[in-house]
Amino acid sequence: MHASKIASPLAVGRNVPRKDSAEKVAGAAKYVDDLVFPGMLYGRTIRSTIPRGRIAATRLAFDQRGFVVADYRDIPGRNVVALIEDDQPFLAEREIRHTAEPILLLAHESRDLLLRAHVEIGYERENPVLDPESSPTAFKSLAIDKGEIEDGFSEADIIIEGEYRTGHQEHIYIETNGVIAVPQDGGITLLGSMQCPFYVHKALKSMLGWSDERIRVVQTETGGGFGGKEEYPSLIAGHAALLALKANRPVKIVYDRAEDMIATTKRHPAIVRHRTGVKRDGRLTAMDIDIVMDAGAYVTLSPVVLSRGAIHAAGPYRCDHVRVRGRAMMTNTPPNGAFRGFGAPQTQFAVEVHMERIAETLGIDPVKLRETNAFRPGDTTSTGQILGEDCSALDVLRRAVRRSGFRTRQRRYAGTNRGIGLALFYHGSGFTGGGEVRLASKASLGLTERGVQILVASTEIGQGTRTMHAQIVADALGVPFDDVYPVQPDTSNVPDSGPTVASRTCMVVGRILQQCAEEMKTRLGGMTPREFFAAHGPMIVTSEYEGPSGIKWDDSTYRGDAYSTYAWACDVAEVEINPDTFEVRPLKLTCVHDIGKAIHPVLVAGQIEGGTAQGIGYALIEQVVMREGSMANAQLTNYTIPTTLDTPPIDVVIVENPSRYGPHGAKGVGELPIDGPAPAIVNAVRSIGIDLREIPAVPEIVMKAIDLGKGKTDARHVPL
Amino acid sequence: MKGVIAGLEMREPSSLDEALSAMRNDPSLVPLAGCTDLYVALNFGTLESTRFLNLWSIDELRVIEKSNDALSIGALTTYKSIIQSKLVRKRLPMLISAAREIGGAQIHNRGTLGGNIANGSPAGDTLPVLAAADATVVMRSADAERRVPLTQFYTGYRKSVLRADELIVAVEIPSFSGKQWFRKVGTRAAQAISKVVMAAVRSPRPRIALGSVAPTVIRLPMTEGALEEGAPIQEAQRILMDEISPIDDMRSTEEYRRRVASNLLGRFWAETE
Repeated sequence: MHASKIASPLAVGRNVPRKDSAEKVAGAAKYVDDLVFPGMLYGRTIRSTIPRGRIAATRLAFDQRGFVVADYRDIPGRNVVALIEDDQPFLAEREIRHTAEPILLLAHESRDLLLRAHVEIGYERENPVLDPESSPTAFKSLAIDKGEIEDGFSEADIIIEGEYRTGHQEHIYIETNGVIAVPQDGGITLLGSMQCPFYVHKALKSMLGWSDERIRVVQTETGGGFGGKEEYPSLIAGHAALLALKANRPVKIVYDRAEDMIATTKRHPAIVRHRTGVKRDGRLTAMDIDIVMDAGAYVTLSPVVLSRGAIHAAGPYRCDHVRVRGRAMMTNTPPNGAFRGFGAPQTQFAVEVHMERIAETLGIDPVKLRETNAFRPGDTTSTGQILGEDCSALDVLRRAVRRSGFRTRQRRYAGTNRGIGLALFYHGSGFTGGGEVRLASKASLGLTERGVQILVASTEIGQGTRTMHAQIVADALGVPFDDVYPVQPDTSNVPDSGPTVASRTCMVVGRILQQCAEEMKTRLGGMTPREFFAAHGPMIVTSEYEGPSGIKWDDSTYRGDAYSTYAWACDVAEVEINPDTFEVRPLKLTCVHDIGKAIHPVLVAGQIEGGTAQGIGYALIEQVVMREGSMANAQLTNYTIPTTLDTPPIDVVIVENPSRYGPHGAKGVGELPIDGPAPAIVNAVRSIGIDLREIPAVPEIVMKAIDLGKGKTDARHVPL
Repeated sequence: MKGVIAGLEMREPSSLDEALSAMRNDPSLVPLAGCTDLYVALNFGTLESTRFLNLWSIDELRVIEKSNDALSIGALTTYKSIIQSKLVRKRLPMLISAAREIGGAQIHNRGTLGGNIANGSPAGDTLPVLAAADATVVMRSADAERRVPLTQFYTGYRKSVLRADELIVAVEIPSFSGKQWFRKVGTRAAQAISKVVMAAVRSPRPRIALGSVAPTVIRLPMTEGALEEGAPIQEAQRILMDEISPIDDMRSTEEYRRRVASNLLGRFWAETE
């Protein structure tokens, strides 16, 4: 029968079964630590125990039989993790810039002997820089200017200032970082848990000084990333490769949880200061914003984290005069890096809590203040981007207010220990500015005996890449969803479709796949894939990202279209504060998210619920305790993330206001949900009368905020 | 850093007598049962011992019974068994409240009351209950059995009177009257280590015990005395704040613990009127 005569149900918009659910539910999916190779050794990383100084001496205080030991002198190419700046070494040579910095590598076939091996390292200590504000080194400074800030202040009736602080956050992916390096045939294969196989490929090429084809990187089944496996796997892959090449045997390095927490990247802490001019009716006339981010010891991705943070810093609000200054400062702590939200959660926390304080100061209802200022289509952002019809700020705000019964509850909670607050926020989809054009990502579709094969470097890390891509391809080709299947991302087999980051996997890579499918459909000339295969054999179609026309961005002035589209959302949080323990308990979150098009509604709701839960942890519980530049609570016992009992019912509403660029109008969804919960929750606490401006708002911080508000005279028994 | 597992030895006695004689002959043996604390230390490489005695199969230490007028709970009784025990529910409901808040289902199935006592953490959640209930720890060696009140069992931070050749075999709780009250304050709503934990009994002679506010679990005799003499609760709260000695650590602050302990006393008093 001819395919065109069969009405196969459309896959997009339906909750089709995940491509990977059977294997994962059955426990059959193989993660890196499940893999064993003949002759495989285990690797271990010897790390610095001081935050700053120089290595004076190293001594291997163990019987070295059966051991392979590698240090920086074993690196044949360049001893830098190639990313943005070439500053971070794979292995320290002399200088130590942070605790847990890798110095030496050991490998042995016995894990126990490996763990017992004692290495003594002598140091010349130097005083570490731990406060980003007193650091002499800025890795990146940037400026965004719109209008004339002083004109804006002169138009203002009132000027309101405030300082807001956000802490580190750990990713807590369920699977820790891990790789296996397998040397073979004059080359090397790296298998591991990662988001970006081609980042690892690039870093290894530079470290080894080898040509492309000698290095192969394969993503194994990955138990979560959240940004924590964007850049870090390059480092651990380099370590495993050095040991494997020296031993000429496969080497596995899998971190345990403590090592993963002490050594790997975290979300950048930030201090954001606002000075805002407003009219008495609430209209914003000037927004002057200063951002300081703690980058840690090496640049990693800090410039782009800062950039996204700065672009989102003024919130989804119209204002003619905006000045943003941002700095990413070096400190002697492990480098901070990519984390879901990528700078935007920090700056949108600040602007949304600041908006609440503006409402309080002016005596204006917080919803009304946001309605007055929210972006409409045709408004311009701080970078001068003119927003199109895909701008939904006002719509999501009004829906969230209605859906949550905001005003009724506001009245009901008045004078009690319960409160309600909201946050209006947005998130640019894909790489910033000209990033997508520079990446020039490619994707391919292969026609095989089995059906249609998706060839992309985009990784499935739990978020549903395989399923969502197959849905898009199936519908574009007009074939059943079951006939489309994913392959394991393998740099020797798939084109470079860019990293799996920045909420771009559906909107950008999905769009390229849609182009591939459209072209393949033309080439099929009305035949089904099976008929075509029987007649002509296999076929491969490759397509490259085509930037939307009319998008302009100038990286030197930070002017132009920062993102081809934005996703928009409003979260409403209801909370209760315990007067005895100062604990804030979320009662309910209402999350109204415009993500353009839900390719797979259940997966989208999962992203929103998961991001919201992670945002609750960021707001209230997850506290990285740093002592002398090192994480003191690097255990899941003491760095606690929300349990089911800490996570209230989450009412998810998906709004579909399509973008012109994504497949079926899809915008990014992965990161958006982490931006809103913290300011919504803190604003809910504020509505009870507690002047909170800092997260994580652990009870100890809430207690202090209550004391400051009430005066310390009778602080022991706070009448709430 | 992760501990080394190879080279560990474990003996498997089949009876209490066999276990006790093994301990007499070899004081380096470390008894283990549910391992819910011990494996954490093993995993972090902070466990010094390499030789262990597995008590898990000694069922004679799992009995919950009335002994004379006291409630006797065997040392190997798991939190799960405590939660399910009608006798405990009737006599010592605050122990059920405490057991419910220790870890999740896996810990409930493996963690034991004797282990919580032997581990000796000042944050052990059953300890304030046992202290407030005037519990006695029953210890046995191959030669003798002895009884020590829980309030005299600990001699310092994670230090106790238990000798290397002795096992905790049971806890005895004398009969008492009065409303029982328990509250745990952890770093999140469930599966957390206590920042402050309190158990108390409202009776003409109130009994109040706190965890995580001193090097060991403590009773508060001065606070109790003030309440017994009819002092206003605010006065008792002031006394409590002087009677405890909390510290700053990675989970909380001294000030928070003092304030919350005081607030919990106020809450206890208000809720048990």
